[in-house]
Amino acid sequence: MLSKRIIACLDVRDGKLAKSVKFVDTKDIGDPVAKAKEYYDDGLDELVFYDITASSDARNIMLDVVEQVADQVYIPFSVGGGVRTVEDANKLLWSGAEKINVNSAAVQRPELIAECAHAIGNQNTVLSMDIRKVEICRDFPSGYEVVINGGRTPMGLDALEWALSGEELGAGELVVNSIDADGTREGYEINLTRMIAEAVSIPVIASGGAGKPEHLLEVLTEGKADAALIASMVHFGEYTISELKTWLRERGLKVRMRY
Amino acid sequence: MPVIVDYDAGNVRSVQRACEHVGMVAEISADPDIVARADRLIFPGVGSAESAVDTLRSRGLDEAIKTFYQTGKPLLGICLGLQILLEHTEEGDKDCLGLVEGACERFEFADRSVKVPHIGWNEVEFDSAHPIVNAMQSGDEFYFVHSFYAKPFNDNNILGRTEYGGQTFCSVVGHENLFATQFHLEKSGELGLRMLKAFSEWTASC
Repeated sequence: MLSKRIIACLDVRDGKLAKSVKFVDTKDIGDPVAKAKEYYDDGLDELVFYDITASSDARNIMLDVVEQVADQVYIPFSVGGGVRTVEDANKLLWSGAEKINVNSAAVQRPELIAECAHAIGNQNTVLSMDIRKVEICRDFPSGYEVVINGGRTPMGLDALEWALSGEELGAGELVVNSIDADGTREGYEINLTRMIAEAVSIPVIASGGAGKPEHLLEVLTEGKADAALIASMVHFGEYTISELKTWLRERGLKVRMRY
Repeated sequence: MPVIVDYDAGNVRSVQRACEHVGMVAEISADPDIVARADRLIFPGVGSAESAVDTLRSRGLDEAIKTFYQTGKPLLGICLGLQILLEHTEEGDKDCLGLVEGACERFEFADRSVKVPHIGWNEVEFDSAHPIVNAMQSGDEFYFVHSFYAKPFNDNNILGRTEYGGQTFCSVVGHENLFATQFHLEKSGELGLRMLKAFSEWTASC
């Protein structure tokens, strides 16, 4: 039986680990390579790195981080942030990443999803969506809107419609990130996650809002997510990966325990 | 020297890194002569079988892999590499290398909530006394990413099975000097590395 995945998300800026609250006020919290190895040794299932480096000059620093992680960590990991072309994707893959996350650039130019899927495979092309709740109206029948640029720019695009287009264009997985829940540590946006997970036939990774083990259990059962993204709850040492997985297994959730 | 077949189907460097980690320094090559004369061959792959088979043929690598197989030296197939070792795949209706009798079919589930591709960590029930399998335990979990699965014609080619969406499929194939996994050994943590290590020590003579 397939296990539910626990995925740790590491925001990297200029080669260092950062954690944002509601996408503003980011602060450095350490070395991403050391953190990745620590989580790997503790039974993490998968990693995501978001490169939040502002300047394009610093992109090579990220490739170096990817190389170092790939030398020590033998679980899948994806990289996102600033992937605008197939060439960007190929560079990251060649450096050792397993999958690529596309986000803002795909909203602006949806063909990017198809291009990546063709060049590196559907299963390696992950569409990451930043989503916020809005009033249900003609433009937003799902009641959720896609935003880009770290949550600052609304795109006038319905979230459910975009998820379905992303699947159609060839994305192999979806990251559903709630901007409203992100950084609050008050729980995932369950309704949003379930709505998208039920509508698409590819795996859905829930993101934004994890603060307690109960939140993971909720989104992986009621929220119908295939995987749960976590960040600050483990980055600051409040919980460990193995503690979380043990807690989930004790409540009947199938998670990978032997590693 | 061990050789990893490069045919533009997946991250050969991830495989190379994992090999190196278990002490098997391997060369990445797209040269049919080097592939045919390897000490040990690793045939990885992700993506579409259709384009992968076309690329193999256009580079003469299909014949090189068959030639290598005839030497009796150890051959490891991973994911798409496993699927292409069989006779045929439903993906693009392609004839494959035919080193193992059987074909690949696409997952079809009546229950629409079962997602395809099958992505994530899943258990393998091993059913064999194969030297590589002996290093593992039933219930060990490995990382899978695939929409098609192998159906070997002979049950004795099935060394491991996995359940997904209520269906049990073959996740480990063995035949003579050939050993292949549907899951990604190189991305399956320490247990994957253990299996890769066992392959690196396998002589294929028993």
